[in-house]
Amino acid sequence: MTFRIKPAMLKMAAAAWLLGATSAMADTTLEFTQWWEPEVPAGSLRKIMDEFEAANPGIKVTLVSGPYAATRDQISVGAATGTLSDVVGLDGAWVNNLNAQNALADMNPMMDASKFDKAQVADIIQVDGKAVMFPVASFVYPVFVNLDLAAQAGVTKLPSTRAEFLEAAKKMTHADKNQYGWVLPLSLQSPSGVQNDMMSWVWASGQSMMADGKPALEGKPVVDMLTFVKSLNDAGTISPGIATKTEQEKVEEFVNDRVGMMIDSLAHVNLIRKRNPKLNFDLIPVPVVENYNGKRGLPYASWGIGISAGSKHQEEAWKLVQYLMSEKVNAKLVSLANAFPGNVNAKPDFVTSDKAFGKAFEIFKTGYLANEFTGLPVAEDLMSQFDVEAQKMLAGEQSPEQAAANAQKGWTAKF
Amino acid sequence: MTRQKRSRHRLKRTVAPYLYLSPSLVIIGLLMLLPMVTVISYSFQNSAVLRRDPSFAGLKHYQAIFADPVFWASLWHTLYFTCMSVVFHMTIGMIFALMLNSDRINPTLRNILRVLYILPWLFTAVIIAVIWRLLLEPNGVVNSILMQLGLIGSKIEWFSSPETALHAVTFANIWAGYPLFMVSLLAGLQGIPKDFYEAADIDGAKGYQKLTFITIPQLMPIIISISLLDFIWTMQVFPLIWITTGGGPIYSTEVLSTYTYKLAFSSYNLSQASASAVVILLISLGLTLFYIRYQKAR
Repeated sequence: MTFRIKPAMLKMAAAAWLLGATSAMADTTLEFTQWWEPEVPAGSLRKIMDEFEAANPGIKVTLVSGPYAATRDQISVGAATGTLSDVVGLDGAWVNNLNAQNALADMNPMMDASKFDKAQVADIIQVDGKAVMFPVASFVYPVFVNLDLAAQAGVTKLPSTRAEFLEAAKKMTHADKNQYGWVLPLSLQSPSGVQNDMMSWVWASGQSMMADGKPALEGKPVVDMLTFVKSLNDAGTISPGIATKTEQEKVEEFVNDRVGMMIDSLAHVNLIRKRNPKLNFDLIPVPVVENYNGKRGLPYASWGIGISAGSKHQEEAWKLVQYLMSEKVNAKLVSLANAFPGNVNAKPDFVTSDKAFGKAFEIFKTGYLANEFTGLPVAEDLMSQFDVEAQKMLAGEQSPEQAAANAQKGWTAKF
Repeated sequence: MTRQKRSRHRLKRTVAPYLYLSPSLVIIGLLMLLPMVTVISYSFQNSAVLRRDPSFAGLKHYQAIFADPVFWASLWHTLYFTCMSVVFHMTIGMIFALMLNSDRINPTLRNILRVLYILPWLFTAVIIAVIWRLLLEPNGVVNSILMQLGLIGSKIEWFSSPETALHAVTFANIWAGYPLFMVSLLAGLQGIPKDFYEAADIDGAKGYQKLTFITIPQLMPIIISISLLDFIWTMQVFPLIWITTGGGPIYSTEVLSTYTYKLAFSSYNLSQASASAVVILLISLGLTLFYIRYQKAR
């Protein structure tokens, strides 16, 4: 059998090639590096990108996804070598370093040019006057209380002040039964316990660990917090193994009825339910100092977003950022992640369908997002230094004042 | 054959071996020499990797790490961890190898023991770390057994107490690493001629005399080789320590590998991390040269 190429076929092929080539030339492809895709249901982030592409003809988005740690390393290297993706998923702890490398674009001019309503976003992370990150989704850290353990211990009113928390923790502690009031993970492998489980006490009472952009660890708020944590430890209410305990172990102990209270990410609600469907728990805001009636700072971790300073497609990248921060899309994205929205008008669907999330959303709405590590230089290193001083204090090697003073000395050097 | 042809033939003969070696040389160059040279160059730069135009720093980063007390603590912990591990790997490996080589043990039992003793070798460092974290946690099995036996009065925080953490992590590493010695020594034991022992029996030698005058001298080349290799490898252990203690509590289990890792990925001080890595490289290099000289001497 012979096969003859007809002129009509050749013309069709040439037309198809031309069409493909021109559309490829016309399209701008944005690269979007993040760790979010593996953390939401399969295909759901891609679907949002497809919707963005449909709404913005001529812009294509390539998702570069990986686990959190791998993404962090990739972004660090990308910033150093000038190969950072156009749009990048960010953790607040990274932005100072990335900004020092001039790797992140200032989004202020983009906001002004597009008349972006700044009031609609929960927060804009600024470093050196540059708007470098928006929190797209926030994972707040309330206190989880095991209601059965509380009832058995005679804790009828859930604690709202530090003194009440200490009392409740003492009542819930029965060391002979391996049951403790509170759990504090201070493993140096991941020192985020300093941020989530220690400094959260400071922020909850509207206080700060900083003063004029500099560390103020020797101030009353931090020293009081350390004294409070020490009092919990001295009373034997903290589950043993503090110095090497990780966040996962903290959750496991709570799931297995071994601790009465823990400060943890709201993102773990479904995990806790899955691991122990019978666990009867409630969420409360982090207790505050006596007589404090102001707004409560809510510790949080976030999925942030920023634009590469070296991107050749900053205009298109800004369109994607705007799209993800818009009310409807943001609500959709945070619903997938069980997080709270970066757009203050967005309302994720789980807050109406789930009682626990609904209550957490009320806590979220009445407080404000607080995480002073966001934007600090070498945030993880600062946490690590504070962690070591806190460990020394809990081991009885130094007082809360000495721990604060030593941490202050270390932090000041980093600033 | 003309002179020209002869010289071409000689050239071919000289070049040929290098051509055969070239794939390996290229791989070694790309995967070993290049990263090594890069890390060494980073240790002499300011803001290495993080800046596109890093400036020359001289020995600044070396001075900084040598002035850091945590570095010296890490060095001491590394030496303790390594020396204890190697000594116990060798001792336990020798005992188990002698047991498995003994005719006095029932062959079935010996086969069961052979499988049991080799087990730690089958686990990855991460699994070993998780196993020992579970066993040694304050509410774990070890504390429970020790309390039931009345050996301890209260729960010991093995990994979380500065007094016990380094010993605990060393113990976990000893458990993980003895099979290498055991297998190597067992092979060595099976290669010792039986005539030696028969002659010793005729001379009326006792068990411990046979061990000290025949077995150990015969195994000495293996003991020295494996000890040196084990020393080099153990010095660089990272995942076991990182997962069990993260270098804590306080700095009680900080070793050179965790110290370097924290400098690089927690402080983002890649220049100082490179300087620390070069120190590890130099120590390892010294041991490697010693190993090579020993192998040549044999």
